[in-house]
Amino acid sequence: MKKFTKLSFAMLFFLGAFMLNVSAADWSAIVKKLSDAQLTAMSNQKPLPYAYNALEPYIDARTMEIHYSKHHATYTSNMNKAAKGQAFESLSLLRIFVEVDKYPVAVRNNGGGFYNHYLFWEIMKPQGGGLPSEILQKAIQDAFGSFDAFKSEFSKAALDRFGSGWAWLSVDETGHLFVSSTPNQDNPLMPIVEKRGIPIFCLDVWEHAYYLNYQNRRADYVQNFWNLVNWQEVEKRYTEALMALGITK
Amino acid sequence: MKHELPPLPWAKNALEPYISQQTIEFHYGKHHQTYVNNLNNLIVGTPFENSSLEDIILKAEGGIFNNGAQVWNHTFYWNCLMPNGRSEPQGELAKAIQREFGSFEAFKEKFSAAAVSLFGSGWAWLVKNPDGHLEIIQESNAGNPLRKGKTPLLTCDVWEHAYYLDKQNRRADYVADFWKMINWEAVEARF
Ligand SMILES: [Fe+2]
Ligand SMILES: [Fe+2]
Repeated sequence: MKKFTKLSFAMLFFLGAFMLNVSAADWSAIVKKLSDAQLTAMSNQKPLPYAYNALEPYIDARTMEIHYSKHHATYTSNMNKAAKGQAFESLSLLRIFVEVDKYPVAVRNNGGGFYNHYLFWEIMKPQGGGLPSEILQKAIQDAFGSFDAFKSEFSKAALDRFGSGWAWLSVDETGHLFVSSTPNQDNPLMPIVEKRGIPIFCLDVWEHAYYLNYQNRRADYVQNFWNLVNWQEVEKRYTEALMALGITK
Repeated sequence: MKHELPPLPWAKNALEPYISQQTIEFHYGKHHQTYVNNLNNLIVGTPFENSSLEDIILKAEGGIFNNGAQVWNHTFYWNCLMPNGRSEPQGELAKAIQREFGSFEAFKEKFSAAAVSLFGSGWAWLVKNPDGHLEIIQESNAGNPLRKGKTPLLTCDVWEHAYYLDKQNRRADYVADFWKMINWEAVEARF
């Protein structure tokens, strides 16, 4: 009897430890399975997927040119510089994000600026907008009630961000979609955010993203952004995130 | 108490060519005005309804702090600037800067670096500490040194809206021009 009790305690202990382990997501292992894991700290800036003037009239060519060739290019080269010769130079950006609190602040700021802008260009396209296809629409409905409810929650996150930052749509560790916002160049995969997830969609609300065209009218910029969304790309990223999380729906 | 947008101490084109009239029109007429309007709307029915801006800066949080501090910060910023400003401070302030930073040039360099390197939106400040020592600090977003018991003497707004129409991503050029329009007399009086 005594022996049995001891044994069951040991079993309970191991079972408990095992459960704790699976409930805390292993983000390092998860992000390795994403195709963006190919982007490393030393990667070059990817070409813009369209011409500078392709997003007019919603985002003007001059804004795109400065945003891509100055702001984004500077974040990218500063990240490359911060990583050169360091132990993490061959690590993926996403893998670095997962433990960004262990890195110098230049890595958090420039690595974030490098990846966040890359994702932002990817999820836009000329003649975008409209509705997502069925799989993503269903997931949005499950999470927010309706597509319009999602749009207004995301727009609110973009408008309420005080100062510089981003609005995000991400997939949490259980496969659910959620909206969040981060200051400056922080990314939802970083451990410093309130709620972590794999970002699949984002909007830059630094003033540089809209000031030449909209000045203080951030609300107009946010409203026009919906005409530029590349929903196929967002859905592709949603499906990939579920696969990386090992979730089948 | 209804907060008001104070008048600008000079004409909207007075800081040209360093800061354009268009920038001042948006910065003062839209951004500063919006902070005033937001603050007036937010304080209704709160303990801050009759508070001074200084009180709000010391005690408020969230939207009331953000908008209240931005009202104060911008008024202070306009009063730091003037057309054809002197190139250097004089008198006691000049001596204190020399004592603290070695030389006026060294101070300028250090303040400029603080303004250029602040990541995101915010303000660079020259402050006087309670012990009388001068210090250069950075504050994010609406941050204000009064909150830390420091007396603001000089500030530079480095939100992108302060320079984007004129200088776009070249914040360093904006900060270099900043030195050509400082109202040193006002800074000396605060000291
Ligand atoms: Fe940006
Ligand atoms: Fe400002």
